[in-house]
Amino acid sequence: MLLIKLFFTFLGIGAVAFGGGYAMLPLFERMIVEQHGWLDRSLFLDMIAISQMTPGPIAINSATFIGFQIQGVIGALVATIGMITIPVILISLVSVYREPFKNSKVVQAIFTGLRPALVGLIFASVFSLARDAVFDLWGLILFFVFFGLLAVFRIHPILVILISAVLGLIIYA
Amino acid sequence: MIGLIGRDGMRISLAKLFFSFLKIGAFTFGGGYAMIPLFEREFVKRYGYLDEDEFYDVLVICQSLPGVIAINFSVFIGIKLRGKVGGFVAGLGVALPSFLIILVIAAFLFAYIENPYVEAAFKGVRVSVIALIFTAGFRLFKQNKHLFGVFMAVLTFALVAMVRLHPFFVILAMGAFGYITTKVGEVVRHASH
Repeated sequence: MLLIKLFFTFLGIGAVAFGGGYAMLPLFERMIVEQHGWLDRSLFLDMIAISQMTPGPIAINSATFIGFQIQGVIGALVATIGMITIPVILISLVSVYREPFKNSKVVQAIFTGLRPALVGLIFASVFSLARDAVFDLWGLILFFVFFGLLAVFRIHPILVILISAVLGLIIYA
Repeated sequence: MIGLIGRDGMRISLAKLFFSFLKIGAFTFGGGYAMIPLFEREFVKRYGYLDEDEFYDVLVICQSLPGVIAINFSVFIGIKLRGKVGGFVAGLGVALPSFLIILVIAAFLFAYIENPYVEAAFKGVRVSVIALIFTAGFRLFKQNKHLFGVFMAVLTFALVAMVRLHPFFVILAMGAFGYITTKVGEVVRHASH
């Protein structure tokens, strides 16, 4: 039963996961953390860090990690397959019937709504996740330092995560 | 259009297709977008299976469909080069390394997560991940700074974070809203002429 639920949860995520990578984290957060309680917020953040630091698409890494946490190797497989099922069906169709899709006015119109919506969605998940992670003064200071490193100095995310691990050890251990 | 021929005058073999995608899946850090230049180098520049225009056409299509961009892209190219089996082989190749690596890490992580040093390090890491997601939102925001974009972003934030509507339905609604407002805008512009 759990496997079926897992499959359909990821099927749903895959069906509306526009924009790739970070844009689908809000969906993960609402469905995996809040709806089903399969991961707590801290572990969810740990998972994102690990997904970022290992090779491969972040969404595949996340699905594998979450599925494994719930039901071992089978769970990892079911989650990953669930997430890519609908997109792969669509891609197969589009690869054959491409003409109506190319430069489609309809698709462009839909994306004038989707693109800014993703911005709101990403900030909504930051809002929800930050309550558990940035809980003290140090957390707040570090947040602005890391944001500066990423957005202003354009330091590579992997390097920023490594720096944050070292600072975490110094401050909290 | 299926079974494209490379510069060497041959179709790509399934084994070569598989290992090309496996290699990209195994050595690209930072997610799907980081893979795009590698796909280009391998399939356009190195072997010439696709030309530059074709490549970017496929990229645009993959970005406008839901799902994992790297998988969409791999499956599409796989189908173009070797049909359905090619699509399967390419998708499997690109996903397999991350799948296996994460399995190993997840298995180890749960054994060490209680360790106080690991926990302290992750306390720092969690803050940087929040900053990472915030930065992704910030960059996307800068591309949508027009009035309608800001309105849509704020509306979406309020619906998801305050009203607590489900992101699944909010995404569908915002797509529909974008379509309707664009169409209405066209009709109004047409009528005023």
